[in-house]
Amino acid sequence: MSESEEPRVGGEAAVTFPAGGSGGTGTGDGHGPHTATLPVARADDPHLREATRYPRRVEAIVGLSFLVGIAGICAFGGAYVERAGTQAYAATLFVGLFFLGFGLTAWGKYLMPRGPFVEERHSLESSPSEQRAMAAALVERTGIVVRRRKFLGGLLVTGLGLFGVVAAFPLLRSLGPRPRGSLFTTNWKKGSLLVDLNGKPVHRTDMQVGGILTVFPKGKETTLTAQAVDQTVLIRVQSETLVTMKARADWAPDGYVAYSKVCTHLGCPVGLYEQQLELLVCPCHQSMFNVRDGAFPVFGPAPRPLPQLPIYFDSTGFLRARSGYDQPIGPGFWERSTIGNGKASNT
Amino acid sequence: MALIERRPRTRREARRELGPYGRVQKAVNELDERIGIARGGRILLDKIFPDHWSFMLGEIALYSFIVLVATGIFLTLYYVPSQAIVVYHGVYKPLDGVRMSQAYESTVNLSFAVRAGLLMRQVHHWAADVFIGSIVVHMARIFFTGAFRKPRELNWTIGIILLILAILNGFIGYSLPDDLISGTGIRIGYSILLSIPFVGSYLAFFLFGGPYPGHIIIERFYILHVLILPLLIIGLIGAHLTLLVRQKHTQFPGKGRTEHNVVGSPLFPQFAAKTTGFMLMVTGVLGVLGGFAQINPIWQFGPYEPTKISYAVQPDWYMGFLDGALRIMPSWQWTAWGHTIPWEVFLPGVVFPGLVFNLCLAWPMIERRFTDDYVMHNLLDRPRDRPKRTAAGAAMIALLFTVFAASSTDVLANYFHVSLNEVLWFFRVVVIVVPIIVGVVTWRICIELQHVPGAVKRKRAMVVSRTPEGEYVAAPAPERPGDEHHELEPEPVPVRIELEPETVGASATTAPTGESGVRRVLR
Repeated sequence: MSESEEPRVGGEAAVTFPAGGSGGTGTGDGHGPHTATLPVARADDPHLREATRYPRRVEAIVGLSFLVGIAGICAFGGAYVERAGTQAYAATLFVGLFFLGFGLTAWGKYLMPRGPFVEERHSLESSPSEQRAMAAALVERTGIVVRRRKFLGGLLVTGLGLFGVVAAFPLLRSLGPRPRGSLFTTNWKKGSLLVDLNGKPVHRTDMQVGGILTVFPKGKETTLTAQAVDQTVLIRVQSETLVTMKARADWAPDGYVAYSKVCTHLGCPVGLYEQQLELLVCPCHQSMFNVRDGAFPVFGPAPRPLPQLPIYFDSTGFLRARSGYDQPIGPGFWERSTIGNGKASNT
Repeated sequence: MALIERRPRTRREARRELGPYGRVQKAVNELDERIGIARGGRILLDKIFPDHWSFMLGEIALYSFIVLVATGIFLTLYYVPSQAIVVYHGVYKPLDGVRMSQAYESTVNLSFAVRAGLLMRQVHHWAADVFIGSIVVHMARIFFTGAFRKPRELNWTIGIILLILAILNGFIGYSLPDDLISGTGIRIGYSILLSIPFVGSYLAFFLFGGPYPGHIIIERFYILHVLILPLLIIGLIGAHLTLLVRQKHTQFPGKGRTEHNVVGSPLFPQFAAKTTGFMLMVTGVLGVLGGFAQINPIWQFGPYEPTKISYAVQPDWYMGFLDGALRIMPSWQWTAWGHTIPWEVFLPGVVFPGLVFNLCLAWPMIERRFTDDYVMHNLLDRPRDRPKRTAAGAAMIALLFTVFAASSTDVLANYFHVSLNEVLWFFRVVVIVVPIIVGVVTWRICIELQHVPGAVKRKRAMVVSRTPEGEYVAAPAPERPGDEHHELEPEPVPVRIELEPETVGASATTAPTGESGVRRVLR
């Protein structure tokens, strides 16, 4: 234990620990930011010995890794200049950085003073009187000010609060239009000509039984935003096996049947057609819809059938929509009413 | 100190005036006179970092984030956040003549036409996956050792918010290339927003600037991804580390370690060397992942088109738990009084992650409610000593893992040639049963482990010998010199190292640096 006056930073006099470092008790109270006495160690303090017993070996390993690392960094430069390709950049970069890092870590772990070293923990909390003083300052000062000028305080709070509300309008409201009816409608109208992605209309003779095509209302097939809501799968099935609901008797002429391609679960395109089972499958979460029976979901998380587009052949034999969809397409949302949410078909 | 100091006349005089520490002393003095760095700086150099591997997990997160920022800056120089449609005529011939958004075109270009561009993009993607992964593992370490207890609840909260922001920014960044798979992800995100009762359609329209897909979502995602969320993350990382320095590290119990100290290596030079080396190694590993492990080959997926989709689409791993939850949810939907609540989306897509993260945020409070533990804790628990907490954590991990696995129902059904229906019902059962089993088993294992005698001690060889009666007896072998491990009593970090005159001759590796008898032995 040393009771001599210990100097601050920069002082020339120094006090040594007893050799062997067993005098930890004598220094614990002398260290730390509060007392600012500075511990000094003798070079033969075992804490300052290297962590390894074989410093020569470790030095060799560290040296070797640094050399490999330098070679890797140089090779990276060379690879870059030579446009050697992604793999070459990555391999050389890895060799360079990893071995430099490995050497440095080994140096720090094995060739530096082993310690262990200790640091005292000082309570962060202030004295009770300081805590009280802080609370008092907050409460009493506010109290004095507000008690005398309650009305002014109220006005200020009202003003700032109103600003908060009003500021939210441009910040939020400008971001986009209100939904209004746009979730309920598509571009399909009475008489819309069914065309594919290239604008080609679909003739009575174009598709075989088992065929599938994605169609859009003519004129809207090119823009992404229109595609996203209008996309409709047109499938030709055996007309004899098609089960139709009473109200939909004339919606699927000659076995041509059209359903919205937007999944009623999360809006993915229902892009897989299982021809043998006549199921439309959504690849996202595996909802399956029975094509022969009103696209009712037979499996998976989709809660509703795909809405059906009523279609007919015009005088020239091309497919047209009888009307738009009779219900909103796609996933559910708060404003959606019950339309089209029936569970039974007339099988 | 005199107001005007006499300037030294000769070089030797100047050197003597600088003292034994030369120019470094001068630099320290100059800075200290102006902004006062000496005292605080020296204490910072002495900051003790506990020597335990599990404290390295957070470092992986930090260094992955640094790699993310560095590679991200590179990517912003080439990426164009625009949904304007262009026709591709670049170096990647299979896509020649294909209509695509500028975002997708610029991503393909920076992958193929910019030297080292593909490496940077893939390292960025890998670094994001590793970043979030290391946050999760780091968080598990904090949880199971009880490091979140008083006084560190605030830092736990900051950590959870960092995790949420990291996941959010990961998803948004994943969406930026505007390829077929990420575009489908955006569509699903839009539908999840729609499912929120009362405000869903408004939220979706305000975020997308109108009905899906609109023309502005990529630009908005871009500014969120490169500015707003990174700023929040950097700010919170700063707060996280500041609190860490101010409150000091926790530590495992051990020789000389108490609630009132920290034992380990000082920041300078040991920890600085180790952690800098570790940063280089993490960067190197991320580099090799980015170069050799292909990730998100968007040129194979094609540009986003709302009518197209690819089979077996899975999101990045950290969104897997959401995707799995959406898959195994039954198709429940309420419709009444002209309104719909799409529970089949709202429950797994909004309520489930909300519950998980809020449970994490509230855990310190919940645990305190049950244990009435209001004491400061700086020593860590061994997980086995807190069986209930450990069991709860293990059950949560089991739940998230099974839900995550459920995001591959279609792939599993294909791979094992079983029906999708069986896989689906398997997971619906498993997500409920497995967490319960894991919780109970973990609890039991903890209790058993508590009764293992001497579990903390080092293993010593046992000598099995046979007595003349035929009985076998095991006894610990005598300790060999190599077995003993002298752990010294910890000492404060020395500011100066002093040699006594007689030891100077003995130690050849040290060299005198001044007249005061101070020698450098720290390497």
